[in-house]
Amino acid sequence: MTDQARRIVLVIVGSAIALYIFDSIQMDPVMGWVVIALAIARVFLADRRIAPLLSVAILAWAIVLPLFHDAGQGFIDDANIYLAMVVMALGLNIVVGFAGLLDLGYVAFFAVGAFSMGWFGSSFFANINDGNGLHIFVAERLGEQPGIHANFLLVVVAAIILTALAGAIIGLPTLRLRGDYIAIVTLAFGEIIGRVAINGDGVGLGNGETLTGGRQGITPVDKIQLPGGEPFQALNLRPWYWTALGMVLIVLFVNFRLRDSRLGRAWIALREDEVAAASMGVPLVKTKLLAYATGAAFGGIAGAFLASYNNTVNADQFAFYFSIVVLASVILGGLGSVWGCVVGGITLAFINFTFIPDIARDWPQDLGLDFDMSEVFFAIFGFLLVIMMVLRPEGLIPERRRKLELTEGIGAGDTALGGGETIEEVRA
Amino acid sequence: MEAASVPAPRRSAAEGAREIVSKYGLIAVLMLLPVVYGIQDLSEDGDLTRLGNNLLDGLSNGSIWALVAIGYTLVYGIIELINFAHGDVFMIGSFVAVGVWGAVGVTRGSGTLALVGGLFVTLLVAMVAASSLNVMIERVAYRPLRNAPKLAPLITAVGFSFILQNVGLLWLGGSPEGVPDLIRSQKEIANVGGVSVSRGDVLSIGAMIPLVLLLTTFISRSRMGKAMRATAQDPEAARLMGINVDTTISFTFLLGGLMAGAAGLIYALYQTTVWYFQGFTAGLVAFTAAVMGGIGNLKGAVLGGLIIGCIQQISDNRIGAEWTPAVVFGYLVLIMVFRPQGLVGEETREAG
Repeated sequence: MTDQARRIVLVIVGSAIALYIFDSIQMDPVMGWVVIALAIARVFLADRRIAPLLSVAILAWAIVLPLFHDAGQGFIDDANIYLAMVVMALGLNIVVGFAGLLDLGYVAFFAVGAFSMGWFGSSFFANINDGNGLHIFVAERLGEQPGIHANFLLVVVAAIILTALAGAIIGLPTLRLRGDYIAIVTLAFGEIIGRVAINGDGVGLGNGETLTGGRQGITPVDKIQLPGGEPFQALNLRPWYWTALGMVLIVLFVNFRLRDSRLGRAWIALREDEVAAASMGVPLVKTKLLAYATGAAFGGIAGAFLASYNNTVNADQFAFYFSIVVLASVILGGLGSVWGCVVGGITLAFINFTFIPDIARDWPQDLGLDFDMSEVFFAIFGFLLVIMMVLRPEGLIPERRRKLELTEGIGAGDTALGGGETIEEVRA
Repeated sequence: MEAASVPAPRRSAAEGAREIVSKYGLIAVLMLLPVVYGIQDLSEDGDLTRLGNNLLDGLSNGSIWALVAIGYTLVYGIIELINFAHGDVFMIGSFVAVGVWGAVGVTRGSGTLALVGGLFVTLLVAMVAASSLNVMIERVAYRPLRNAPKLAPLITAVGFSFILQNVGLLWLGGSPEGVPDLIRSQKEIANVGGVSVSRGDVLSIGAMIPLVLLLTTFISRSRMGKAMRATAQDPEAARLMGINVDTTISFTFLLGGLMAGAAGLIYALYQTTVWYFQGFTAGLVAFTAAVMGGIGNLKGAVLGGLIIGCIQQISDNRIGAEWTPAVVFGYLVLIMVFRPQGLVGEETREAG
C-alpha cells in the first residue's frame, strides 16, 4: 500500500468512527465539523500552518464539549475515563516509547496511585488519631469522619512520590537487562503488586489497620476537592471532566517539554543504541531510572483520579489485562508519538469501556446468534491486537524518528512506510 | 604511594565478590526456603517428613511445568521470542484431553486396560491438537512479523493468548471445572520413610522423563534436530547451508506444542480441575522456570520446572496459597538480579 492509499484508508476509517460517535451521542455539530475539516486538511495538505489551528480548535472543542451533554451520565461519564486512560498512555509512552524499555506491568502504578487516594482520601485508616481522623485542607463536613482526608492536590503529590519510588524500585533489577527480559520482570512486578492488593487485608500495619482492603476494596473514597473549592458532586460530572482535561493538558505539556529536553534526547539515544549512548556519556542508570519514575508518576496521577471518580479502590482492577490495554493504546497510536498516545488512548478506552460493553453488546442477538458480546470481549481485543500489529506495526500516527528506525533492515527501496529512503541513505 | 596501591586490591575483592554472588547467589536464594523450613521441621517435628512430602509434590507438579517450559525454551532459543500464547496452548491441550476422554468413554469404572488405552489415545490427540494449534499461531501471528521490530510479535503473542483464553472461557465456562479423577491421583501406592508417593506423582514424573528423553535424543540425533540447533546458532548461516529456516521454526513450535499437549493431559489427571485461566498462570510459571534454567537450554528448562514446582508447593503449604504467585514472581525478579543467564545457561545478548 502506498503512503497516499494508507492516508485515505486512515481518513475513511477515522471519519466513519467520528460520524458514528456523532450520530450516537448527538454531539455539538459545529465545532466537531470544524475539527474534522481541519484534520482532513492536515492529513492531505502538508501545510505546517494548519497544525496550530487544529490544536486550538481541538482544545476549544474539548473545553466546551461537556456543556452540550447531560451533566450526570452518558458521554461525560465515558469521557472522564478516556481522559484518565490518555494520561496513563502518555506515562507509559515515556518508558516504552521514548526510552524503549518494554513495560508489561504498568498496572502496578495505577494500583499505587489508586491506593494513595484510598489511604490519604478515605475513612480506610479508621483508627488513626484515636478514631478522630486527620483532615488536611478539606471541607468542613468531612471533619467528623475518621481516617485520613487530604486535599486532592496533596493526594496527587503523595501519589507522584509513591509511584515514582515504585517505578525506580521496579527499574532497579532491570538495569542490566534488555528487551524481553525487562518485559518479564516488569510483568512479574505488576503481578506481585496485584497480589499484594488482593491479599493486603491480611497484612496488619498495627493499631488494627491493614495494608489494603483486599477483595472488598476501599469504598467510599473522597470526591476530588481542589484548594479553595467544595468537593465535586457525583451527579455533576462536568467539573470532573475539566479536571481530567486539565490533567491531560499538563501531562501533554510535560511530555513535550521532556521529549525535547536533554533528558528526553538521552532517552531516545538509549532506545536507539544503548552502547553508543553510554559511550557518548549518557548516564545509563540515572536515565533509565528517571524514565521509569516519570512514566510511573503519570500512572499514579491517573490512578488517584480514577480511584476518586470510581469511588472505590478495588483490588481486582489491577490485573495484567489493564497493562495490556494501556500498552496497546501506546502501540496503536505509535510508539514515542505524543499525539499518537492521545488518539490511541481514546480509541482503546472507547473500545474497552464503551464499544464492546455498551454499543456492540446486542449485535449478536440482532443477528440471531445466541451469545453476549461481553463473552467474546477478550477474543475481540486479542484479535484487534494481532490485526493492528500485522497491518500497521508502526501505529496510527508514527513518530518520524521511530519510523526511520522501523524501516531499517527492511530495505531502502521499500516505499510502504514512505519518505524514509533518502534520510536512511544519509544515515547509512 | 599508599594511595595509589590501595584501590587495586579493593577492586579485585569487589570483583571477586561479584563473581561469587553471580555464581552462588541464585543457588543460595533457591536453597533459602527448603533450608529454613527444613530447620523448622526438624525443631518442631523432629524429622523432615513434611518437607519431603512438599518436595515430592513439588517435583510432580514441577514435571508439568518442565514440559511447558520446554516449549518456551525451544522457541526462545530459536527465534528469541517469548511465545506468550504457549501457556494457553497448554490450557487448550487440557481441555482437548478432557473432551477426548469423555468422547472415548473412559470413566472411573473402566478396567485397567481400557483406561490405559483410552488415556494413550487421549494423550496422542491432545499432543497433536496442541502442536497444530501452536504451528498455526506461528504461521498467522509470528511469521508475517519476522522482520518487524521485536515488540510486534510479542504483542501478537499477547493477542493470541487473549483469543485462546476466550475460546477456553466459551468452552467450559468461567469457573474451575472439576473433571473425573480417572487415575485416583491421590491414592497412596508407596510410603518411603513417611513420604507418601501417590499415583499422581508416579504418573506425572513417569510421563515427563520418557518424553524429555525422547525429545533430547531427537534434537541431538535426528537431521531435523541438527537443523534446529543450526538455526538457533545462526539463522543466516543455516539458510546458506541449505536449511529451510521457516520449516525448522515451524517444527520447533510443533515440538513445543507436543510437550504442552502432554502437559495438559497430565495436569487434568493430576489436578482434576481445569479452567480457562490455568494457561496464563502456567505460562508465567513455566517461563520463570525456563529463565531460571537458562533460556534456550533444554536441561535448564526441566531443572527450572522442577525447582519452581518445589518452591510453589512449599509456599502453598507454608506461606499460603494466595501468596504463591507473588513468591514465584519474587523469585523471577531475584533470578534476574543475581543470574540473568540462568542456572546452566550461557550469557546472551538480552541478559548481558
